[in-house]
Amino acid sequence: MSMMKIFDISGSAVSSQSQRLNVVASNLANVDTVAGPDGKAYKAREVTFQTVLMNAGDGAPGAGVRVAGVSENQAPGRKVHDPANPSADADGYVTYSNVNAVDEMVNMISASRSYQNNIEVMNTAKTLLMKTLQMGQG
Amino acid sequence: MNRLTNSLDFQAQALTLRAERQRLIASNIANADTPGYVARDMDFASALREATGTQAAGSTMTGATATARGHIPIGTGSTSELGLKYAAPSQTSLDSNTVDMDRERASFVDNSVKYEATLRFINTDVRTMLDAMKSPSQG
Repeated sequence: MSMMKIFDISGSAVSSQSQRLNVVASNLANVDTVAGPDGKAYKAREVTFQTVLMNAGDGAPGAGVRVAGVSENQAPGRKVHDPANPSADADGYVTYSNVNAVDEMVNMISASRSYQNNIEVMNTAKTLLMKTLQMGQG
Repeated sequence: MNRLTNSLDFQAQALTLRAERQRLIASNIANADTPGYVARDMDFASALREATGTQAAGSTMTGATATARGHIPIGTGSTSELGLKYAAPSQTSLDSNTVDMDRERASFVDNSVKYEATLRFINTDVRTMLDAMKSPSQG
């Protein structure tokens, strides 16, 4: 029943994409933060995808995807001269997070499109499976 | 008896291969954002020819016979690795991912429609056989 595996494959992709959306949400929420929990400016995070072979059983190929890790963007944060700000350093500069809102929006659209694509794949697979179940009946 | 199920066997092989291809395309779509992933697809015609052991998918199709060493016997479900090829990238990307989403979506829809067509062939075959088995008094 190789069609059943489609749910594993697309399911893994959907969960990875939702993790990516999660990271984008966290980045966008912190676009204007000055300091993170460690006292330093927030660093933008990024997920890395990795292929997972899903050929248990019959040895037929099939590849899902998983999040291999979440990495932090090490680019320096945005510096704004604002001596009146309580978090300004000795020179009067405030270090904001290094999140680029445009990048994040693009990332978000890409993630949501991939999510939709995989949902549609699962819907089609479900329709086909239901029709397969009715084989010989009509 | 074999004459009765010959065409059913053929359609069943086709259906299995269609399901296999559907899964391949689902893998490609799932990995559209994975760096370094290489898209795969199958040459359906040659895969089917290999799976059914016939030279042409015409009226001359017979039950599969292994005519050469290395032929894979039918019915063991080992249709994997048949005619699997790597898709040539149409537009290269920086992360060397070769999934072309437009092509994958088109293949996906194409494959779903053909899967349904094969299902319909099977259903019609079954109905034809059932009709043939009925006695005249059953209408």
